[in-house]
Amino acid sequence: MKESNEALFRYCLRIGDTSLILGHRVSEWCGHAPILEEDIAMANIALDLIGQTKIILNYAGELEGEGRTGDDLAYRRDARDFYNLLMVEQPNGDFAVTMMRQYLVSSYMFLLYSKLRNSTDKTISAFAEKSLKEVAYHVRYSGDWVVRLGDGTEESHQKAQSALDQLWFFVDDMFDADETDMLMFEKGIGADIKSLRIDWNNMIEPKIKEAKLVIPEANNFMRMGSRSGNHTEHLGYILAEMQFLPRAYPDATW
Amino acid sequence: MEEKKDVQGKLWEVFTQKKTGAPHEHAGSVRAADKEMAMMNARDVYSRRNEAVSLWVVPSECIVASQPEDAGPFFDPANDKAYRNPNFYKTPTGVKQIS
Amino acid sequence: MEATITEAQLEKEFQQKIDSGIVIEPKDWMPERYRKQLIRMMSQHAHSEVVGMLPEGNWITRAPSLDRKAILLAKVQDEAGHGLYIYSATETLGIDRAEMMEQLHTGKAKYSSIFNYPTQNWADIGAIGWLVDGAAIINQTALAKCSYGPYSRAMIRICKEENFHNKQGYQILAYLMRGTKEQQEMAQDAMNRWWWPSLMMFGPSDANSPNSAELMRWKVKLHSNDDLRQRFIDRTVPQAEAIGLTIPDDKLRWNPDTRHYDWGEINWDEFYAVISGNGPCNHERMSARVGAHEKGRWVREAAAAYAQKHLN
Repeated sequence: MKESNEALFRYCLRIGDTSLILGHRVSEWCGHAPILEEDIAMANIALDLIGQTKIILNYAGELEGEGRTGDDLAYRRDARDFYNLLMVEQPNGDFAVTMMRQYLVSSYMFLLYSKLRNSTDKTISAFAEKSLKEVAYHVRYSGDWVVRLGDGTEESHQKAQSALDQLWFFVDDMFDADETDMLMFEKGIGADIKSLRIDWNNMIEPKIKEAKLVIPEANNFMRMGSRSGNHTEHLGYILAEMQFLPRAYPDATW
Repeated sequence: MEEKKDVQGKLWEVFTQKKTGAPHEHAGSVRAADKEMAMMNARDVYSRRNEAVSLWVVPSECIVASQPEDAGPFFDPANDKAYRNPNFYKTPTGVKQIS
Repeated sequence: MEATITEAQLEKEFQQKIDSGIVIEPKDWMPERYRKQLIRMMSQHAHSEVVGMLPEGNWITRAPSLDRKAILLAKVQDEAGHGLYIYSATETLGIDRAEMMEQLHTGKAKYSSIFNYPTQNWADIGAIGWLVDGAAIINQTALAKCSYGPYSRAMIRICKEENFHNKQGYQILAYLMRGTKEQQEMAQDAMNRWWWPSLMMFGPSDANSPNSAELMRWKVKLHSNDDLRQRFIDRTVPQAEAIGLTIPDDKLRWNPDTRHYDWGEINWDEFYAVISGNGPCNHERMSARVGAHEKGRWVREAAAAYAQKHLN
């Protein structure tokens, strides 16, 4: 693989793995949501994310040029070769954790894809254009819930605040730019992560305030590592479940 | 033991427009606590297959419906007014372009 | 001066409407028993859709490819949608969804016994789509012509959507049958376990179906359980043969005189055991539903409280 392709390959894995693992988590709710309408809504979000995953992982496979498909990449890599954001592998917890995680990550995706729309890489820009409409809806949907829960009952307020507190540990990981990010930005393919962070703060702060919640102090210990495939323990379990069939029957097609 | 009554949200009626220019038609209902949620639920439930370009949601309780017992006085009087129908009129042969 | 119309007269007129094919709408007069029977049938149908999400839903996270995952997710989502359509249609009869769910959770209302069987391997997802949805489509196509407007409209919408469910299930099995030996065994194993429970889905034989006669008189049911079951068998057997699956019934054979398949005997003891709560997964299914409901209560309350505060 050419050096520039290698960076782009990795860049695509970050995007694709994040959609895949978030889609996986959201799909775990199917059949267990607080109200039937939310079962349907969350399945829609998961479907969007899996659709995005397919596009970007297939592209990653092409860039790699070793004949691996999106499915191969999703089902035959081990945890240390996954580059999803740490936030998305966190367990669903209660509905407040799920909605808060969705809101924080969807806002990130929204801003990232807004920038990637202008990528010099045609596949990336087309992917961003398509995905942007979907994540815009996810932001609105989850943002509404964050406000309803934060400003609902005393119980829901506490749960929403506690969700924000636990998830906040994984915020810096989203913006932990490395040389791949730099290179992609310089080439006009990727986004400037530093400015993304500022935009993100500006985007979520009014919503968190509207929800009557408080953003945790900045000096909290922050978990990082997704850019180098260093994960929390949760990812291993996700993969064990997700990859079970292709691993157990390596010669089979489905 | 105190039993709290469960809340599933208010009932809303959903109307979908299949394409621009077409009328909004009743598609079904959803439950939701507020109008924003009702709109999103309507979107998620009734346009999963691209069935809509526009949606209306209306609280079910706001719909005023005619009663079956009104059917006679309401609708039968229109039965015998054939002159509202263009086919009622015979146009002389050879005349064109009258609707 | 208003003439007093007796209940008997109303019932007679109601039956005449039904007989002449007039569809009954929510505000029309209807016998109390018609309403009750519909509520029972429709809520049971809605509950089946919702409980039906569970056996398949547990394979979404284990689907073996991204496409299979998306298809299964869309399918299970449809089940939720169908439950929702039918709950809404049932609400027009004067019972609200919260009350119906309460009946499900306390065991007062039933759901289709098929969902009390476990999904043990991936082929089960194929078998459910092909056999269980195949049986459901036959039932629902008949119900689309039933006498109650909201139910019939919900069925029309559902039948349109459910078509792909049946096909995706069959496709899963077709793929397995041309795959490795292990995959073929997996498919046949699923066939062996799901065939008889699928036949039970049509309910007891008409002679033993307490409500059948009345429901048919009211055109809530248009065909007998046995007729629909036979229709399902006639349609499904050639499909099984086409991909090399064996139907686990040694009495099964084509009868050229009746132009139907003859077939064996359903184990009705098993059917009644499952219905009365002693199926393999009754307990899991109910505790999953009740659990979701209870864990979601604070969310529903929060949404209601927020709406109340912001009165929109």
